[in-house]
Amino acid sequence: MNESLIINFAVVILFLPLLGFIVTLLLGKKIPKIFLFENFVMLIGLILSIILLFVKVTTFSNVSISSEFMWIDMGNVPIIGQIQIFLGLLIDDISALMIFVVFLISFLVHFFSIDYMKGDIRYNRYFAYLGLFTFSMAGIVLTHNMLMMYIFWELVGVSSYLLIGFWFEKKSASDAGKKAFIVNRIGDLGFLLGLLILFLSYNTFSFIDIFSEISQGNLPLNSEFGLTITGIFIFCGAIGKSAQFPLHVWLPDAMEGPTPVSALIHAATMVAAGVYLVVRIFGILTADAMLIIATIGALSALIPATIALTQNDIKRVLAYSTVSQLGYMIMALGVGAYKFAFFHLITHAFFKACLFLGSGSVIHAMHHEQDIQNMGGLRKKMPVTYATFLISAIAISGIPLTSGFLSKDGILAGSYAFASLTGHWFFPFVGFLVAMMTAFYMFRLIILTFHGEPRNKEKYDHAHESSFIMVMPLVVLSILSFFIWYTPNPMDPGAGWMYTEWIKNPVLHTPENLRFGFMQSDMTSVITPPGESGIMYSETYTSALHHVHSSAVILSIAMAVLGILLAFVMYQWKKINADTLAEKLKPLYKFSFNKWYFDELYDKTFVAGTIGLSKIAAWFDLKIIDGIVDGSATLTKALSNFVGKFDNVVIDGLVNLTAYASGFIGLVLRRFQTGKVQTYIIMVIFSLVILLFLFKSF
Amino acid sequence: MEVTLTHFLVVSSILFCLGIYGIVTRKNAVMVLMGIELILNASNINFIAFSRFGNFGLQGQLIALFVIVLAAAEAAVALAIVLNVYKTFVNVNVDEIDSLRD
Repeated sequence: MNESLIINFAVVILFLPLLGFIVTLLLGKKIPKIFLFENFVMLIGLILSIILLFVKVTTFSNVSISSEFMWIDMGNVPIIGQIQIFLGLLIDDISALMIFVVFLISFLVHFFSIDYMKGDIRYNRYFAYLGLFTFSMAGIVLTHNMLMMYIFWELVGVSSYLLIGFWFEKKSASDAGKKAFIVNRIGDLGFLLGLLILFLSYNTFSFIDIFSEISQGNLPLNSEFGLTITGIFIFCGAIGKSAQFPLHVWLPDAMEGPTPVSALIHAATMVAAGVYLVVRIFGILTADAMLIIATIGALSALIPATIALTQNDIKRVLAYSTVSQLGYMIMALGVGAYKFAFFHLITHAFFKACLFLGSGSVIHAMHHEQDIQNMGGLRKKMPVTYATFLISAIAISGIPLTSGFLSKDGILAGSYAFASLTGHWFFPFVGFLVAMMTAFYMFRLIILTFHGEPRNKEKYDHAHESSFIMVMPLVVLSILSFFIWYTPNPMDPGAGWMYTEWIKNPVLHTPENLRFGFMQSDMTSVITPPGESGIMYSETYTSALHHVHSSAVILSIAMAVLGILLAFVMYQWKKINADTLAEKLKPLYKFSFNKWYFDELYDKTFVAGTIGLSKIAAWFDLKIIDGIVDGSATLTKALSNFVGKFDNVVIDGLVNLTAYASGFIGLVLRRFQTGKVQTYIIMVIFSLVILLFLFKSF
Repeated sequence: MEVTLTHFLVVSSILFCLGIYGIVTRKNAVMVLMGIELILNASNINFIAFSRFGNFGLQGQLIALFVIVLAAAEAAVALAIVLNVYKTFVNVNVDEIDSLRD
């Protein structure tokens, strides 16, 4: 298989979901079974993406394949220079892996939805939207330039909006859709600014061209600050899309959408797009930008984790868990643990999709009951859902033998090593704390949902295990949560193909003096020429990572076990009463239960501020602008009144005067025109006599 | 006393004035016509008087003859008109025949 064939594969993979979307949308009302076509299309896409990944990692392991064509040619624009905008695809290690993950989860979610959405009035439209989403996501993953990424980035936002508000009859759902869209827009503004700075500096959107310019020392805006600010601006897009602090508020609300949508978009793929974006631009991040990214990531890992501890809605717990895990990935990128961040992106996609679909299965069985306080004891009724949910929960908690352990332990070790090299101990501290909290709230969720006695007998009696169509995706995803798919040694991801072969070390393009010390090439590091992939980390970092690894492993396992034990003590064995504990820590509990009052804070500040601003603008419009318009209208009116009066009185007066004068003269002369010949004769004689006297010459 | 041109002219102007007077004061169309005849005759007297006392030969007398013929024709036409007017309006008063006015 050669390179052009790979590109053709990628093009087909990209446009298959679009075909599914268009066909399903157009024929949805006429052919009720059209959703099967959409599912079929996704299956083909999945098979193609598996082939693509396989060929990529076997034949083209070290090559990035890209293909482009000119889209817009503006020629030589004065001042700016040559403007040509290219579109194209780039297939490298991360995009090949990512497209596989996207299609796998998308297909499983399609499959799961066949039963979950059964009986919905807009059944086929739902599948059409899923197709649109998959198309946009594939565009983000496969693109080779920033502009196309931005376009698909927005398309993903649109499809997310459509799917969150899918049940738009519910006010909360349509509100959540709007919230997600608007909050995302704030982040996207940053992305757009970063994009424009790069285009302004290099006249190109292509990743490869931008990277090669930067590695040649041409910094954006000709300053080191320019490079930092570009990185941060583009990261803003990731803050919005990946629901990072402080824009994380939309994701929990997005749970108003159908549960499979939450699994696909708001857990596994779309929210990972932000992480994917940072992965893409990792090579041009400066030390300052990375520190900011790591801080945002750490805060996003910590804050939602504390909120998840007290939530009672099964989907909201998972939503906050998602934000927290995404924060982990972002933090990992910030501290330079690039490979583990991407690794965690993939493993998290599988087990979080499994958790969400599992919660969908539970919600379906409980007839749309989402409050875990009304569940309990479902283990006996839904054994398969329970087993898969448990496996995924173990994976997300980071217990050995699971995929989650491999990636999460890597992230913790990476942040640990980062702290030991730079002294920022905040990041590993947050990392380990969040690891414990994650284990605690996941097992709290499991125990309250599946263990113990049923708290709502009536709903419990009606509950039943879901059909094969809904269970099959759960089984597949939970199987993917075992270590064996990624590495033969369950304790060491470094021994596996995923870590060593499939995800390559990033090529750094940032000038050496702008990097962290441990990312600069040193005496013993393998220095490769720019533009070629290779290990660009220094020996210092590798040894530091090696040094902390064993203690990080022990600490992370200890934290996870501690969290799980705590959950069992509190909710299974009831040694500590959760309610009295909440009563004792009431302020903290309320703070967490009310989500740190973020929504209220934003309502009071930004929303109220915006409304206030618009009120001022409205007042300004009403009084000043309208005043000016009204004033000019009044002035014109007065002027025309005056002109009207002038017309009426003076001009018409003159005209009328003429008429009156003629009339008057006519009236007078009329007297003479008697029609009697005698009178005329008298007048003639009379005038003749007068004339005789006048002209007499005698 | 010798009859001079002035005597003729005085007679003719009296006649003329009488004619005018008749035209102006009479309402009956026939009387008006008679006034016109008087004026024509006053002019005839003038023509003949100037012809007799001036050096014009018989030109004046000839014109007077023409005028007499003309007056006869005129009287015939005018009387015919008056007759028609009477047929239409049952009236020959000139100041009451005013249907063309206004």
